[in-house]
Amino acid sequence: MPDSSGLDALAQQLSEALAGSVLATSHAHGRAEIQISPEQNVAVLGWLRQQGYSFLASLHGVDYYPHEPRLGVIYELLDMQNVDRVSVKARVRTDAPAIGSVIDLWPGADFPERELYDMFGVSFDGHPDLRRILMPEDYEGHPQRRDFPVGGEPVLFTHNESDGYGADR
Amino acid sequence: MSAVSDYRRREESITMSSESAGMGETHELLTLNIGPHHPATHGVLRLIATLEGEVVRDIKPIIGYVHTGIEKTAEQKSYWKVIPVVERMDYLSYYFNAMAYCGAVETLLGLEVPPRAQYLRVIHLELNRIMSHLVWLGTSALDLGAMSMFWYCFRERETILDLFEMSSGQRMHTRYFQVGGVIEDIPAGFAQKVKKFIDEMPSRADQYADLLEKNEILLSRLRDTCVLDEQTLLGLGVTGPLLRAAGNPWDLRKAAPYSSYDHFDFRVPVGTVGDNYDRFRVRHAELYESTKIIGQALAGLPEGPHIVQDRKVALPPRHELATSMESLIHHFKLVTEGFRVPEGECYYPIESPRGELGCFVRSDGSAKPARVHMRDPSFINLQATAPMVKDAYIADLIATLAMVDPVLGGVDR
Repeated sequence: MPDSSGLDALAQQLSEALAGSVLATSHAHGRAEIQISPEQNVAVLGWLRQQGYSFLASLHGVDYYPHEPRLGVIYELLDMQNVDRVSVKARVRTDAPAIGSVIDLWPGADFPERELYDMFGVSFDGHPDLRRILMPEDYEGHPQRRDFPVGGEPVLFTHNESDGYGADR
Repeated sequence: MSAVSDYRRREESITMSSESAGMGETHELLTLNIGPHHPATHGVLRLIATLEGEVVRDIKPIIGYVHTGIEKTAEQKSYWKVIPVVERMDYLSYYFNAMAYCGAVETLLGLEVPPRAQYLRVIHLELNRIMSHLVWLGTSALDLGAMSMFWYCFRERETILDLFEMSSGQRMHTRYFQVGGVIEDIPAGFAQKVKKFIDEMPSRADQYADLLEKNEILLSRLRDTCVLDEQTLLGLGVTGPLLRAAGNPWDLRKAAPYSSYDHFDFRVPVGTVGDNYDRFRVRHAELYESTKIIGQALAGLPEGPHIVQDRKVALPPRHELATSMESLIHHFKLVTEGFRVPEGECYYPIESPRGELGCFVRSDGSAKPARVHMRDPSFINLQATAPMVKDAYIADLIATLAMVDPVLGGVDR
């Protein structure tokens, strides 16, 4: 990963190329992170892809409950030539949880974006098939959010079968 | 209109022609459901296959049947109690799951793992890699009609599981790796048994090759089937043996060594074209390389502690509890509350038998992780199945699925 001066230089170039895209940078625990504005995520990631960070290693979500913007979408980018990693984080608000899809840059973002939609309720504009992937299709709620309770789901037995699946949740 | 007359009306509307809308006489697409309970899917994977005759035009994987919410469960437990649950994600590479998670937590804590613990981890990781590849080889050969392979592979796998039982007391999901090291030093006699196994293993792998490499049926089913080039694989995020089979020698053990992997001399097997045969050969060749790593790690096993001496993180030795009040307090604090981890985020990638296994951990400063995410290679690699099998025969779909080697516990988590 770039050291902190390398990260600052990269962030500087990025904000010159795309004005207003960089919100903050952080360098901790050997991890370089650029926080970007969610409106420009596709442009930023496309630019970083041109700079050599051409492999999307991982795409995952975080819930920063109770701090708004609560939902973090994190892209772990990898430069295989220089063995260099950089993390890109975009935070979106829970009242409008939408961000651009990077499926055109990396077709492999398909499943991870669906997982994020399923688990956190972030919708990806431009994703061709944004459905739940791990939870059942008729499931309500986004279970990885921090305010989603654990164990709130009634167990289906024969005696409560007629009440329907998850009726009193 | 009565039910009967309605039926008659619909019956009359049926033409007996095989033509479906706009497809012509000989072209009718068939949608076939495969799974979720089907032995060839190696787990509870469901595929919606669109077939034209015997040719696969499209497949859609449907997953989530063994989703158990492990990432959510991990947020409810203190750091050291998360290890057994993350081990159960990819149930064939439990040491790797524990390694990725412990590595992430150690990075957040800023812990330096003692050299002996790093070597012991390498020995167990590579034994686990051989074990995982043996299960893959046995079940894949079974899919291709070579039944006896299954028994030979599982014979060697038994030996490895016995070794795991000897060092940790468990055959699967061993909880051997701890934050800061490993739970116990290896027992007396373990090194000799591992030595015996790694002396034996290369000749066993030769035997597998003799059985499979000269088998015309197997060769013609694997060669030049379901090729996918390097650039497409990279775009799909595919790593591990599948990417190496296409000629890209990307291996995190070499590229970004962790846990002393830079101390060992081993090679990275790569393929040439990226067909099913290359995928088979790369994994088979990795059996030898893992054996070499284990041999070197055993020979150079450093002396010293097997876990960090920081009593705020690692449990004190049992005998100290009877004599030291301070140890008793540390033990009590660790077992009840657990240790606290400074605020921060970390992504720790390692090379699992299936590719890059990355663990993302976010800490909010408390004794429980605020987020644990596993970038499981099976989940990402599964996306490559559809482009691989497009326009291939349905029999090749089964072979390809075996060669992709997804573990559904890791896909669904």
